[in-house]
Amino acid sequence: MKLITAIIKPFKLDDVKAALEVAGITGLTVSEASGMGRQRGHVEVYRGAEYAVDLVPKVRIELVVDDAQVGSVVDVIVKAANTGKIGDGKVWVVPVESIVRVRTGESGTSAL
Amino acid sequence: MAAIDTGDTAWMLISAALVLLMIPGLSFFYGGMVRVKSVLNMLMMSFGALALVLVLWVIYGFSMTFGSSYADAGYLGDVSQYFLLNGLDNTEAVIGTIPATVFIAFQGMFAAITVALISGSIADRAKFGAWMVFAGLWATLVYFPVAHWVFAFDDFVATTGGWIANDLGALDFAGGTAVHINAGAAGLALAFVLGKRIGFGKTPMRPHNLPLVMIGAGLLWFGWFGFNAGSAVGSNGLAGLAFINTVAATAAACLAWIAVEKLRDGHATSLGAASGVVAGLVAITPACAAVDTSGALLVGLVAGALCALAVGLKFKFGYDDSLDVVGVHLVGGLVGTILIGFVGVDTGLFYGAGTEQLVKQLIGAGAVLAYSFTVTLILGKIIDLVIGFRISQDEELSGIDLAAHAERGYELTDNTFGGVLNSSKGA
Repeated sequence: MKLITAIIKPFKLDDVKAALEVAGITGLTVSEASGMGRQRGHVEVYRGAEYAVDLVPKVRIELVVDDAQVGSVVDVIVKAANTGKIGDGKVWVVPVESIVRVRTGESGTSAL
Repeated sequence: MAAIDTGDTAWMLISAALVLLMIPGLSFFYGGMVRVKSVLNMLMMSFGALALVLVLWVIYGFSMTFGSSYADAGYLGDVSQYFLLNGLDNTEAVIGTIPATVFIAFQGMFAAITVALISGSIADRAKFGAWMVFAGLWATLVYFPVAHWVFAFDDFVATTGGWIANDLGALDFAGGTAVHINAGAAGLALAFVLGKRIGFGKTPMRPHNLPLVMIGAGLLWFGWFGFNAGSAVGSNGLAGLAFINTVAATAAACLAWIAVEKLRDGHATSLGAASGVVAGLVAITPACAAVDTSGALLVGLVAGALCALAVGLKFKFGYDDSLDVVGVHLVGGLVGTILIGFVGVDTGLFYGAGTEQLVKQLIGAGAVLAYSFTVTLILGKIIDLVIGFRISQDEELSGIDLAAHAERGYELTDNTFGGVLNSSKGA
């Protein structure tokens, strides 16, 4: 099993979620995040005082999938989240040792 | 005894309530501008000042302001004359053409809001108890005397009134000197006494809720019609003139502020629009019965543009007047008070009346500025020495709302992360 973490532009969340549903993914976790990368932040001005805001709002998607699905799921996310402009985000994959479904106590791939 | 005019009375009852509404309006205007961790303290400084000053007002403040001048000198009203509103707290007493009680209520709101205005310069860092001590002493030592100088006309309430209104003859219809220059100079002095917030000029101190600032500015404008048009103390043409000038100057100042921002910073901001509104209201306050439409527009334009530039001074000179009491109220108050000397109908320089009125305006403004700044500085220092004016570093960093009030402004989630009810006091 693998944990896929995707950092994407907030307005792309619906596209990514819809594409994952089509691909048969039924569960994921979403959280708000801030980050910096090659995309520059923006400038805010309050009564003439300028603030450089260099952490940009992002959305973090996390989902755990079976090893066999990893490649296709990453492709689905990357395709759906892509705008071609700087700041589209990153997707990374790390191994997961174990997983348990809280309600039933099932573990392993049957808990996915 | 003069007869009560019901029209005048109705308008003044409404005006008093309108001016009261400015104080929550001001607290929203200020509260939205601070960070999330200090929003409640900002609101509480206004509400605390409101409650305390109104109590002092009915006990002795009104008498110090509108009682007959000690030794006919024009500096301070007789505390004993109307102590606890002696002789006025009934259904018969009349001031002008309205019940004395209505006049007292109306003027009391001015005292309360003037004290509340000062709190903007010491956001995020003042002990609440020290602020309350300051509020009571400042009202007593500064506002009541200065309001006597400016608002107590001879033979209106008592036989002898204040020196600025009667001897000098400076024009201040609704409080450019007694309210705005007074509060602005005090704000500057207190900013010196308390020092800068931790991280001032380095870490971002962004307004946490600009819609709240806009609501506050809207309520201030609405309430200000009571402040300015109510200062006619009657329902008449003078009130109408003050009203339309409060419309014209405020709108012009709003435009001027956002125009300066657009040219200088590239964007017209909502905070700029709200600030322009308040700057215009401040500047037209002394002048609203002394100018015509062109004069009101000019006062508004100059105030909006100058205040937009003045709010940057604190970074240049390194004092932390957190919410720009100086840049908006002191500068705006000076603009309005001094411009009367130029555009005051029949009295101003532009009307061929020479510099006589201008000089009077300058003396009045300068006297209030100097008195307020000096007394506030001394009073602030004494409070700081005796009980300490500032919260601790740790408290300031984690937020004054928790330290001073044991509350947080917003609970926008049910995820309270570990809250448990310890005990419940009270009935």
